Amino acid sequence: MNNIKAVLEKQIKDTLKNKTILIQFVMFPALTLIMENLVQIENMPNHFFAKLFSVMYVGMAPLTCMAAILAEEKEQNTLRVLLMSNVKPWEYLMGTGFYIWAICMAGACIFALCGEYAGMSLILFLLTMSVGIITSIILGAAIGTHSKNQMTATSITLPVMMLLSFLPMLSMFNTNIRRAASAFYTQQISMLLQQTDMSWSLKGAGVVLINILIAAVFFICAYRRCGLE
Amino acid sequence: MEYAVKALGITHIFGEKSVLSHIDLKIQKGEVFGLLGPSGAGKTTLIKILTGQLKPCEGTAELFGMDTEKLKSSDYRNIGIMMDNFGLYERLSCYDNLKIFTTIYGLPKDRIGEALKSVGLGETGRTAVMRLSKGMKSRMRLARVLLQKPAILFLDEPTSGLDPATASDIHRLLKKEQEKGTTIVLTTHNMSEAARLCGQSVLLNEGHIVEQGSPAEICRRYNHQKKIRLHLYDGRDLEIANASSSARLLEKCLLEELVETIHTTEPSLETVFMELTGRGFD
Ligand SMILES: Nc1ncnc2c1ncn2[C@@H]1O[C@H](COP(=O)(O)OP(=O)(O)O)[C@@H](O)[C@H]1O
Ligand SMILES: [Mg+2]
Repeated sequence: MNNIKAVLEKQIKDTLKNKTILIQFVMFPALTLIMENLVQIENMPNHFFAKLFSVMYVGMAPLTCMAAILAEEKEQNTLRVLLMSNVKPWEYLMGTGFYIWAICMAGACIFALCGEYAGMSLILFLLTMSVGIITSIILGAAIGTHSKNQMTATSITLPVMMLLSFLPMLSMFNTNIRRAASAFYTQQISMLLQQTDMSWSLKGAGVVLINILIAAVFFICAYRRCGLE
Repeated sequence: MEYAVKALGITHIFGEKSVLSHIDLKIQKGEVFGLLGPSGAGKTTLIKILTGQLKPCEGTAELFGMDTEKLKSSDYRNIGIMMDNFGLYERLSCYDNLKIFTTIYGLPKDRIGEALKSVGLGETGRTAVMRLSKGMKSRMRLARVLLQKPAILFLDEPTSGLDPATASDIHRLLKKEQEKGTTIVLTTHNMSEAARLCGQSVLLNEGHIVEQGSPAEICRRYNHQKKIRLHLYDGRDLEIANASSSARLLEKCLLEELVETIHTTEPSLETVFMELTGRGFD
């Protein structure tokens, strides 16, 4: 427990001084606050920005943060020191992953506030966001574990993140894109948020589950190859 | 007698290049042991093998009787390792960097100030690591390993890149650690440092042990290097053996009042190494 606590404390202090990570966490929630309150466009669906940015947030923030933090620790040789100090790999991953999840859930609360979710739909919204965030964290961990340094991590994260967060937006305009995008968890979440009752369909849940499994397989492969070294 | 470190037939090859060959070592508990040699001799590689960070191609190493290839992360509680490439969290303050490890090991927080003070960084607790000089970062790494009060310290070039005054402080600190009973294994290419600190040592050259023993003992073994150097008024320099065979010549020079200066030269680790390998350090 001490080890997870140490990883958490370190991460909290570091984030406040790490602008690139901090921006990832606050950009979309801040943008939503601004757009939902200041921008009024006629015929726009209800809480358009809150829903759009929620999905982009899920596809970007947890993924890039997890990958960047892991890759930086490997590049700077700080992770090695932790692992040689009795911190187990799972403790490090749990500590870092939990930390990112917690911050992103705080972000999700801001989306919920802007989207005026309440009661059952609030719970369903947060649950849906949580599933998406966890999937992105696993994918980020896979990329971070695979990468030797921050450069590599960024070059992999960028296209993956673009794909995950922009496809749902682009699918609003094109049915072909929509069909392709529906294989990704972010599009499934996007579609779920468009419905008023947000009930998970069997197909949607299946796609998300498969996505999680694929992310987990990526991570296991990367980890098997070289651990967290 | 149980040894702190025991290595048998350590051989390591990187690609085609043989970096260590058939290294045997025994290091007693409570000793300051020097792995000496010029850069590229294989010192860092040997430390990595002795601390279980690298698996040797051949041979075995034991730390307090435990096979180093089977060290668990909990065993590292008692092993302090300071390597050049070990990282610090650059954005965090010195204090926060050390706090991570007091949390991990469940140590009291006042150890942090103690450790910082002992390496002369008592005033920089709040400074972010990225604002420290190279020498200060190196001292921070040392503070980090002292924090856990390990039974054995492995220090890879603990004073390289430090100014002489700071290096002296580190030497005093290491002496104090030894008095507490800590075993210290350090690498250095600085021979006067080795002579000051190390009880026992090995001289490494291109992955081979070329000499071993205490620095004083090694020097004594090369006593034939003991010379008397005369500088004469006519500008000539004479170097004669410091032995009875030189008595006649010395007497003659003195009687004729030819001698401007007279010195003895003793073998140092540097000159011994030069004789052994035909090349110097640095
Ligand atoms: N990971 C590595 N891959 C290939 N060669 C290496 C590696 N590490 C060290 N070497 C080589 O091994 C030799 C010994 O290196 P090292 O142990 O760092 O020496 P020292 O610490 O005495 O300066 C050097 O010639 C170096 O180039
Ligand atoms: Mg070295």
